[in-house]
Amino acid sequence: MQWEVVIGLETHAQLATESKIFSGAATAFGAAPNVQACGVDIALPGVLPVLNRKAVDCAIRFGLAVGGDIAPRSVFARKNYFYPDLPKGYQISQYEAPVVSGGSLSIRIGQGSDAQEKTVRLTRAHLEEDAGKSLHEDFQGKSGIDLNRAGTPLLEIVSEPDMRSSAEAVAYARALHALVRWIGICDGNMQEGSFRCDANVSVRPKGASEFGTRREIKNLNSFRFLQQAIDYEVQWQIGVLEDGGKIQQATVLFNPDTGETRAMRSKEDAHDYRYFPDPDLLPLVIAPAWKDQVQAAMPELPDAMRERFGRDYGLSAYDAATLTATLDLARYFESCVAAAGRELAKPCANWVMVDLAARLNRAELDIAQSPISAVQLAGLVRRVGDGTISNAIGKKVFDALCNGEGADADAIIEAQGLRQVNDAGAIEALVDAAIAGNPKSVEEFRAGKEKAFQALVGQVMKASKGKANPQQVNELLRKKLQG
Amino acid sequence: MINLSLSELGAALAAGKISSVELTQLFLARIARENPRLNAFISVDEERALGASRAADKRRAQGNAGPLTGIPLAHKDIFCTQGWRTTCASRMLENFVSPYDAHVVEQLAAAGMVLVGKTNMDEFAMGSSNETSYFGIVKNPWDDKLVPGGSSGGSAAAIAARLVPAATGTDTGGSIRQPAALCGLTGLKPTYGICSRYGMIAFASSLDQAGPMAKSAEDCALMLNAMAGFDTRDSTSLDRPVENYARLLGEPLAGLRIGLPREYFAEGLDAGVHAAVDAALEQFRKLGAVTVDVSLPNSGLAVPAYYVIAPAEASSNLSRFDGVRYGHRAAEYGDLNDMYCRSRAEGFGPEVKRRILIGTYVLSHGYYDAYYVQAQKIRRLIADDFKAAFQHCDLIMGPTAPDVAFPLGAKSSDPVQMYLNDIYTIAANLAGLPGMSIPCGFARNLPVGLQIVGPWFDEARMLGTAHQYQLHTDWHRSMPPGL
Repeated sequence: MQWEVVIGLETHAQLATESKIFSGAATAFGAAPNVQACGVDIALPGVLPVLNRKAVDCAIRFGLAVGGDIAPRSVFARKNYFYPDLPKGYQISQYEAPVVSGGSLSIRIGQGSDAQEKTVRLTRAHLEEDAGKSLHEDFQGKSGIDLNRAGTPLLEIVSEPDMRSSAEAVAYARALHALVRWIGICDGNMQEGSFRCDANVSVRPKGASEFGTRREIKNLNSFRFLQQAIDYEVQWQIGVLEDGGKIQQATVLFNPDTGETRAMRSKEDAHDYRYFPDPDLLPLVIAPAWKDQVQAAMPELPDAMRERFGRDYGLSAYDAATLTATLDLARYFESCVAAAGRELAKPCANWVMVDLAARLNRAELDIAQSPISAVQLAGLVRRVGDGTISNAIGKKVFDALCNGEGADADAIIEAQGLRQVNDAGAIEALVDAAIAGNPKSVEEFRAGKEKAFQALVGQVMKASKGKANPQQVNELLRKKLQG
Repeated sequence: MINLSLSELGAALAAGKISSVELTQLFLARIARENPRLNAFISVDEERALGASRAADKRRAQGNAGPLTGIPLAHKDIFCTQGWRTTCASRMLENFVSPYDAHVVEQLAAAGMVLVGKTNMDEFAMGSSNETSYFGIVKNPWDDKLVPGGSSGGSAAAIAARLVPAATGTDTGGSIRQPAALCGLTGLKPTYGICSRYGMIAFASSLDQAGPMAKSAEDCALMLNAMAGFDTRDSTSLDRPVENYARLLGEPLAGLRIGLPREYFAEGLDAGVHAAVDAALEQFRKLGAVTVDVSLPNSGLAVPAYYVIAPAEASSNLSRFDGVRYGHRAAEYGDLNDMYCRSRAEGFGPEVKRRILIGTYVLSHGYYDAYYVQAQKIRRLIADDFKAAFQHCDLIMGPTAPDVAFPLGAKSSDPVQMYLNDIYTIAANLAGLPGMSIPCGFARNLPVGLQIVGPWFDEARMLGTAHQYQLHTDWHRSMPPGL
């Protein structure tokens, strides 16, 4: 039988606020246990939550970015359950009335120019607080509780079950990850748990209209694990169904060491969370003015920017998508174009995507840590563009700039004497010398071997230390050999 | 001296007739003598009290004294008080020393009042007789075989026995007004949101409100001036202009329209109480007020709605008492679940357990709509009843409780009979309205309380009305026999 995979994702994005969602304690990662937990976070008797408006700003920003509806009135609810790292015995979340409803995200599946576009619809996004952490090792059979994370603001983003493969799910997760970083509401640090996914996975016979029974894989904190977990889960579910079994609704955990998913609890022992509106918090009212204020501070979104790059700079869809992978990268590229001139946008794009990307990749650096500034790169692109140096010399200058050998391309070109030789007489002398010094190549070329021609060009370039204008060399050499 | 009003005590202190230290010593001596019999206090701290009184005297010497500076005070043990044991009359918090002050505690300390002790109460404010305290029952100073009412029974007994001139209380369904009535005192539950709930250990967040308990309306006005005020740490605290609640004390009553809900004078009301209330109404008419018949048709639904909403909120609010971070933890337990079960089973008394069970039940999946949602609808109907009634009257009056103080143990085995003691008081909490009780005579030699309910934010008028009555009557000056 042919099976169709159906996947929906629930993503927790930790919001980049300085303080917690309902208290004034700091949210910074990595502090000593329990030093960033105030009375509200540890749920002393009598303390009360007060909503951090910055967290709401983030939710509004997200809602606007995905084209969702921002609820004029949403409600915080209590999700009740007992666990030692949940100090109040309930989590403040949003249940029946979330702050954001609807919206969508366009994703690209696959690499390069033959990637497929797809739109994934979003169900909702709601604000909630994170729990603390239970540490089960190093306490001689006891558990340690660290409440630093308790009360950290989260935006839970729920997609529709629109994805049909692990590749689509990963593409969605990557697009969402890129977007929340782009709009500055989440640092996206997956190792620190700032961005984690739960995947709802089911399979059904191809063509069926009903969904199969789903199992939810919890807490996937890398794209690789997301892919592996879904792939394993899909094979497992198909195996069960093909053996005539039934899928029981369940929550499962992925074990990265074995690559397997394992049921944590079934539907029967699912908690009854006894949701009800939190009487300590008034409904969250978002007036149009608040939305407008957030909209005004919103950066241009990646989709719009991609389109503009195509329109204004004549870039291909692939180039535009690559350059808008992150806001920092897009900004770098635009600064470069601004300094180099719009007519050099395509070479700017190439330098950023090829040479700079390779360099950063090698050094494991982020674009923000680039050893060459956008203006420096623009200066280089201009000198290649106006023929002052060849593309090959350009790469030397690029390395020199990256290594801090000069303040700008001009300084390096001057200091290292790299200016391209365009003097026809000087080139002719070099060409003559190459012909005279390499009779064997000349003979081979005349016998029809094009490769021998390249060898002669190489000789000329070598003699000029790479500075001879390669186009002139080509033309003159061919003329002389054929003449 | 012990029967003086707050303003008389303030005048005596201002005139130098007595120092705060002397006044505090006087009341501490009375506590030492009478409290073993009455059990009105859970904690008394003579050293701290005397330290605070010395500070008050110093402040007066510096010319910074306010109207309440130097006057002794007791807090219901539901208010977190820094450095004091704050127990909520529960074994769960038997050894909990609060690291911070409630807003109300801060406010009264800033006014210079001298805290002498923390008063007994029903456990977590759940009760109408002060028989559910882990620290033992409180006795009514008018007759120590009778209950003082609850849940602020310790505060009521302490004032009635002249162990302190004033105290704080909290009122979720009548817990200030009913004990005030049963002990012959004046007590006010302000409009929801007037006094911050920050640091007041939550019973039912949407109903809880702090208020003053004292001998007279004038005393309550002075206390409320100090207690009230916007607090950013409580999201349900109301940001309103500062108000002088004593400003209408001199206002004559001519033309005041008093609404008499027919439902409050129906079956179930003790004849003696009825007669005392009728006599009080006659007095108001003599003072120029007119009485009009009004109806609150949904009154009969108040108790059932309350006993859905209050336990629902309580079941969640009390989840933080899990033995993990503070409070009672069982000495021996197996796994985590066992620790929770034993700690909570040992830490909570039967009435608290009953309400947690009711609340957990009504919030459960499948019951939420049938109970909680319905109760919230009733709540709106009850508020609408009052709005409609206030179209025809300025204030509503009736009995505070259906009967005078009842014998210890009389109702403790029948929770429903106990709950019906709050039949007239609960509606004000459900509607968020201000309500007060003033002494209006005796039945079978025991004090009877007259309840006054006003429109939202009309405390000043209520206090003024009560004060005019108290200018012409002596009930509020009556002291229990033997003092």
